[in-house]
Amino acid sequence: MPPSDYDPASLPDLLPLYYRRLFPFSQYYRWLNYGGLQKNYFQNREFSFTLKDDIYVRYQSFNTQSELEKEMQKMNPYKIDIGAVYSHRPNQHNTVKSGTFQALEKELVFDIDMTDYDDVRSCCSTPNEIFYYIPEDFGFQHLLWVYSGRRGVHCWVCDEAARKLSVAARSAVAEYLSLVKGGEETVKKVILTDPIHPFIKESLVVVEHYFPRYALQDQDILGRKESVDKVLSLMPEDILFFICCMDFQNEEKPEGRWKLIKDQSTAKKGQHFEKEIMLQYCYPRLDVNVSKGVNHLLKSPFSVHPKTGRISVPMDFKDLDKFDPFAVPTISLICEELDRPRKGDDDEKSEEIKENEKDAAERRKIRDYKRTSLAKYVKYLDQFLDGMAQSWKGDLLRKSDLQKEF
Amino acid sequence: MQFPGRRRKLNNNLQTELYGHSLQLYAQPPLENISLSEFESFAVDRLKLLKTTENLGVSYVKVSEDYAKKLGAELKTLNFPYRSENGPSEYEKRRKDHISHFILRLAYCQTEDLRRWFIQQEVDLFRYRFNELNAKQKLEFLHKNNLQYDTISVEEKKPLLDKLVNSSYAVSGITVEDQDFYKVPFQDALDLIRTRKVYLKAGYAYIPHQDVVTIILNDFRTRLSKALALTARSLPAVHSDERLQPLLSHLSHAYVGQDYSIQKNIGKISLDQIDSLSGKSFPLCMRQLHQSLRENHHLRHGGRMQYGLFLKGIGLSLEQALQFWRSEFIRGKTDTDKFDKAYAYSIRHMFGKEGKRTDYTPYSCMKVILSNSPSQGDHHGCPFRHSDPELLKQKLQFYKVPPSGISQILELVKGMHYQLACQKYFELTHNVEDANFSLNHPNQYFVESQKLLGGGKNVKREVENSQKSQENTAARGAREEANSSQGVDKMTEELDSFFQDD
Ligand code: SF4
Repeated sequence: MPPSDYDPASLPDLLPLYYRRLFPFSQYYRWLNYGGLQKNYFQNREFSFTLKDDIYVRYQSFNTQSELEKEMQKMNPYKIDIGAVYSHRPNQHNTVKSGTFQALEKELVFDIDMTDYDDVRSCCSTPNEIFYYIPEDFGFQHLLWVYSGRRGVHCWVCDEAARKLSVAARSAVAEYLSLVKGGEETVKKVILTDPIHPFIKESLVVVEHYFPRYALQDQDILGRKESVDKVLSLMPEDILFFICCMDFQNEEKPEGRWKLIKDQSTAKKGQHFEKEIMLQYCYPRLDVNVSKGVNHLLKSPFSVHPKTGRISVPMDFKDLDKFDPFAVPTISLICEELDRPRKGDDDEKSEEIKENEKDAAERRKIRDYKRTSLAKYVKYLDQFLDGMAQSWKGDLLRKSDLQKEF
Repeated sequence: MQFPGRRRKLNNNLQTELYGHSLQLYAQPPLENISLSEFESFAVDRLKLLKTTENLGVSYVKVSEDYAKKLGAELKTLNFPYRSENGPSEYEKRRKDHISHFILRLAYCQTEDLRRWFIQQEVDLFRYRFNELNAKQKLEFLHKNNLQYDTISVEEKKPLLDKLVNSSYAVSGITVEDQDFYKVPFQDALDLIRTRKVYLKAGYAYIPHQDVVTIILNDFRTRLSKALALTARSLPAVHSDERLQPLLSHLSHAYVGQDYSIQKNIGKISLDQIDSLSGKSFPLCMRQLHQSLRENHHLRHGGRMQYGLFLKGIGLSLEQALQFWRSEFIRGKTDTDKFDKAYAYSIRHMFGKEGKRTDYTPYSCMKVILSNSPSQGDHHGCPFRHSDPELLKQKLQFYKVPPSGISQILELVKGMHYQLACQKYFELTHNVEDANFSLNHPNQYFVESQKLLGGGKNVKREVENSQKSQENTAARGAREEANSSQGVDKMTEELDSFFQDD
């Protein structure tokens, strides 16, 4: 459901304003250019736009930031996707010999799917903490977290090593991280066997912490009969019998019911169904297919979600679990904020006259987004980019040190 | 056959060196000249071996005893090196192993699909053979091939003890202490990462010596795929060889069996037949997809591909397919306009009318079972593989399979014989004792079913014909071609000229 302040029909009016005055082009370019360390990295990157009436244009690419800006301001895309860095300019893909145009690199991405959960509000309070282990286990450091605009979260792993991963490696990483598996024909989606891998153990610590609030209270999985049945179907039959004989039905409180289940599980050696249930209900779900492909397109940060009007904003990693999707500004809100009278307007104007025109326009744009609720999120991106720049500096220093040694 | 004298001597030394171990990484191409008949028989035997490897891999767990026994038996019958016995003919066997591998490289480097198949089988075969070696031979192998990996020190090991034990089935507290652990970038141990069977920290995998085979396999796979890419580039040279070319193309066609993409069936089926056909002649996977499409008026991408290509294979034309999908989708949340924009493209794509214009072929069982397993919201996949046994049971009951049959099927599923389970289902639902075919393709299921039910006479005949020609083993096909294109049963072409490192 779109938020009350947003009307999808207003999009054609709002988008030009958004791209002209609010979209943080300079950070955006700074990100995808990756410090210019690799030749043509930005230039060979594919963008795709979804225009009005679902017209979909792939293989857009741009030589410079200003070319990107001009094109976006001209096309006013309803949605922007980012694709791979190719061997050639994507907009010339038709002119190169077939077979030689190849996707070479892309960030490793995760699409954490929340469509299954009933309660949207708690979507981002699920234990995204689990993804602290991506850096720990795989040694990646630069993770950009982006709200998808609706019910999910995207994670862009931007380390150089991650961008260079093969398809096989991407899918192995995604498989490693997905504990909940299986489609509509699988009821039991988590099966644990001994010994329990350290990664799962660590995840369980997080999940155990969230389970009572998130599953028992918010989702009320042991309240309604329907959902109780679902939970019970995840248990082995002999135990089920046992539980049903006991005062399961008399026990009204979900916490009490959960305790009965838990006691059964710990009573039996080699049984992990209590853990399995917790994981199945609390562990974030990954769409492995999105992570697998190098050439898979994913919605870009700062793209607008056409249905909800919400901006796909970067999130603060440290506060992932406090992130509130309903606090994310819609395009209508930030455009409106622009129109509010600003303080100290006159002073600035007199200053501006001194500047040459282009600079002034540039500076005005920066100030523009700063006057809206977008500012906070652009700052997250800035922080993320600073972090990356830091580590490049480290690399460069190390490299030059090495050279000195010789 | 003539060998130039000097060269032969030189080669002999080289070859003995080359065949010093029963297992090799195929780093050096063969240097000798071989006769066309040998060329052919080597190639055919290896192809047989790889096909067996493939079949066994579907029916058995790859490290199980049964798998090892059967694969071992095949190696023996076909005269490939087995358990590094050092019999008198061992040299010959190793030579055959070596040369035949390189011949198939030529045949299987041509397309992405062929390469993938070939690499997969060779890697599986290699795994089996490496596992059969005893500890000493394994070390020898590592040594001979200069495979060195970083081990971690005792001090490094201590704080990790607990985690190492819990990360692998292969180690216990006692063995961790005196076992070597290799520390490699996680990219080199993907198989272990994927299944979470290794300890992972900061981008490094800690692999117990017992699992060293994973790193070696990874190495082998990488080398092989690079080598195939190189070989592919020298293909023009092979193609211009009129004796080799037909032979190689026969070899490469023999691998997947029929691909059911033949366009002759087109228009033999009308749309209103589909519902009844789905009950009678569709394998479970397709029946399931059909049903959920009818129920939800939608299928996600994986399902559309699997089912759409199947339908194409049984004879739906592009126009029919568009009509079929559209009429179902617009009964759900999609309107005509949205359908035409969002889905029509991908259907035309399936028929090779958009994009790269590849004509996609229907998925084989192998593909359905092994690749792209279904996740949330998906209905594709193979029910014998991807459904909970309990659900499968209910479904079979619902389809009125007798209880004794159901337990037989579930038994097969438990042993991971998914295709056999499916075949059993076929037998039970068609009231035949023995299906008389070995199932490897959903479209084959359909064709066989139609044959039995006496429907679609035309469809039947054509498919039969094309199957017959396919049954001609590579051997026969190759021989005929070779004989007709060349009278002399000799070939002096040097194989190694095709394997130059660019
Ligand atoms: S075995 Fe093959 S035909 Fe049978 S259900 Fe599975 S995929 Fe379909």
